[in-house]
Amino acid sequence: MATTRKISAPVVTVETQAFWDAARENRFVVPLCTACGKAHWYPRAICPFCDSGQVEWREASGKATIYTFSVMRRAKEPYAIGYVTLAEGPTMLTNILDCDFDALRIGGPVSVVFAATEDGPPVPMFRPV
Amino acid sequence: MTIKGKAYIAGAYEHPTRHAPDKTVAQLHAEVALGALADAGLSRADVDGYFCGGDAPGPGPASMAEYMNLKLRHVDSTELGGASYVALAAHAAEAIALGKCDVALITLAGRPRSEGMATGTTPRLRDPNQPEAGWEFPYGLTTANGYAMCAMRHRHQYGTTSEQLAWIKVAASHHAQHNPNAVLPEVVTVADVVNSPVIADPLHRLDCCVISDGGGALIVVRPEIAKKLKRPLVKIAGAGETVKHLAGGTFDLTTSGAARSGPAAFAEAGVKPGDIKYVSIYDSFTITVLIQIEDLGFCEKGAGGKFVADGNLISGTGKLPFNTDGGGLCNNHPANRGGMTKVIEAVRQLRGEAHPAVQVKNCDLALAQGTGMQLSTRHCSATLIMERE
Repeated sequence: MATTRKISAPVVTVETQAFWDAARENRFVVPLCTACGKAHWYPRAICPFCDSGQVEWREASGKATIYTFSVMRRAKEPYAIGYVTLAEGPTMLTNILDCDFDALRIGGPVSVVFAATEDGPPVPMFRPV
Repeated sequence: MTIKGKAYIAGAYEHPTRHAPDKTVAQLHAEVALGALADAGLSRADVDGYFCGGDAPGPGPASMAEYMNLKLRHVDSTELGGASYVALAAHAAEAIALGKCDVALITLAGRPRSEGMATGTTPRLRDPNQPEAGWEFPYGLTTANGYAMCAMRHRHQYGTTSEQLAWIKVAASHHAQHNPNAVLPEVVTVADVVNSPVIADPLHRLDCCVISDGGGALIVVRPEIAKKLKRPLVKIAGAGETVKHLAGGTFDLTTSGAARSGPAAFAEAGVKPGDIKYVSIYDSFTITVLIQIEDLGFCEKGAGGKFVADGNLISGTGKLPFNTDGGGLCNNHPANRGGMTKVIEAVRQLRGEAHPAVQVKNCDLALAQGTGMQLSTRHCSATLIMERE
């Protein structure tokens, strides 16, 4: 996904390596606890809802709606940051790309797209559908 | 076990500087410490407990204890961001109640202005071991656009307008005009705020706090000591603290930790929001104030916009006079940490030592509310209720 703003590489840890491996294959996965059935965000090895260690990566739909957003007008190249609520449940921080800043609205549907980073795996971002 | 009545704030001092290129941070810590001790009528040798945030040069308490040559039997460097100093006043009371110290010194100082820090508009990777770091830093989360997302959501849920938020800056500026040390002493209008450049939608430049050097200090002592000193008696009546976070991706950005720390403080003090005569409310941005006054119960959730636009925050005319020093929005935000000055102005009000133009009549009960770190992700909240005896 093209963006001229330089995106810093994410911090990859042993807890999240599998997520970033999937991202390199353009697959968006979410951590789902098989004990309680809930997905959470940001991903961690221990379910924050039921404390189970039975967290598995599941292919996500990539569909979400905008929970809130803000356009960083003060930046040299303005960008839209936002929280989007995934179809799978949790709400995550992201950027909203390929959008008319003035047309963004809370509740608007978006879908995942991976954006290249400076020297790491691509990161999940979203664009209006 | 309670801290109610177990400790008194005997000394309070705000450094007059707002720009200190000619001083070190350690020097500022020492200057505010000596200022607060002089205010209390105590000396350095009386201090046996030292409290600072995690940001004190060192970090933690050791370097500053050495620089100031303190002899200590209790230390605490709890790090709650800008809320630290509100919480540390309560921690000092706890330590005193337990007999761990008699005279507690709390200091804050910093020089973000001299150091040219782009405080609110530059993403900062603080520590790669923070588990959320990789999920936030790439997206350009800054202080400003984080708080802006809270404002945007509040607008969506409750219809809060930019003009309503602007009233918070207007009220702060009405107070700051009487403060000769304020960074922004000019009275501003709603139009001034909404016509200032947008930093991050929907927050404008004048929705943001100032960036200033400086600091402040408090002296908290046991009751027997307070009663021997010549200062008005400001008793610590109750406190609460918490962390509010994203809870695995299930959260509401229109509420803050004040919804939990506030009720805890009211319960300990045995008072209600309606009893409070003066409030210091952390004001990193206008939206920070709006959300906290709702969460503390000074108005219904979602009704904050109307409440502030009715002029309720202005001393002399409003129901809830706030930040009568001009607050972080207009006066001072030393070290990018506003909790210290929140407690200091509450102490001035309870002593009757605020500027006469903004002094609240018969001010016998005050609340200081601090919010530290990032409202839109994880933040610490501390509430402190103080009573004039």
